[in-house]
Amino acid sequence: MPADIDELVALSTEGDRAAFDELVRRTYHDTYTLALRLLGHEEDARDVTQEAYLRAYRGLPKFRGDAQFSTWLYRITANCASTHLGRRARNRHEVLDDEAPVADLHPDGDPAGRADQAALRAELTDALRRLPPKLRAVVVLRDIYDLPHESIAAELGISESAAKVRLHRARRKLREDLFPLPGDPTAVEGVEAPGRAHAV
Amino acid sequence: MPCDQLTDTLPGVADGSVTLDRAGRAHVEACLRCQAELVRYRRLLRSLHGLRGEWVAAPGLLTEILAALDGVDPDEREARTGRRTAYLSGIAAATAAGAAGAIVFATRVRHRRPLAG
Repeated sequence: MPADIDELVALSTEGDRAAFDELVRRTYHDTYTLALRLLGHEEDARDVTQEAYLRAYRGLPKFRGDAQFSTWLYRITANCASTHLGRRARNRHEVLDDEAPVADLHPDGDPAGRADQAALRAELTDALRRLPPKLRAVVVLRDIYDLPHESIAAELGISESAAKVRLHRARRKLREDLFPLPGDPTAVEGVEAPGRAHAV
Repeated sequence: MPCDQLTDTLPGVADGSVTLDRAGRAHVEACLRCQAELVRYRRLLRSLHGLRGEWVAAPGLLTEILAALDGVDPDEREARTGRRTAYLSGIAAATAAGAAGAIVFATRVRHRRPLAG
């Protein structure tokens, strides 16, 4: 079996199932992690990961190779996750709007001063999980996986300007959550009275 | 320039997608609050980017994915590519036939002699 991902992609495109299995083997941790970051739920992330590979397998003959395979797979995963969130919202009657309240903020303490990088990452992971799904999707795809605004907008079914606005809101919420400023009006904005949704 | 005018711009400055104008740069150079905010955003973005290399284990998932792929009819992929090949072949054949017809027609017109009289 070739060591190179591009060779595996080429063989898979020609219908070599063993090569595609090897591609799955090498990439599924990364794909699952993206799905988990987008959805915040393990079972949903497993379903979406599986769906993403099924779509990739069916769509591989159309893969033109003008992007990296990983980027192509990220886009498919983002699209599957977006569809899954929409379906979940319909089934569970959840409100997935940008104004969803964020619980369990850390209004006190200064992680910048007291935490090392590993601790900050752990807090960041928690903070991402607390973001409303629509904001979380954009910041995860842009700031962790480096997808361009255009691709993010296409896969999430929104305009490019909406993607940029959501990114801005998401970053601001993360900043407020991780680095709250005592006495700073933006920090006060981020801490809500219970049961009251705040603007993002 | 008040800090509020730069609040929305600083995340873009931190990721390099926005360049401040001269007035903005002068403000940030003189304003400790904006400098601190910029540092926080840079740290946030660096940490976010650092998450890229981390992954979460999913026991049993590989087996599930491969089993699901076993359920995909290989003919489904082949049928797609086959249909596409047939479609493209059809277009190519039609184009070739059209071109041949045009050549024959042009040749006959060139060789036709004008009617006497």
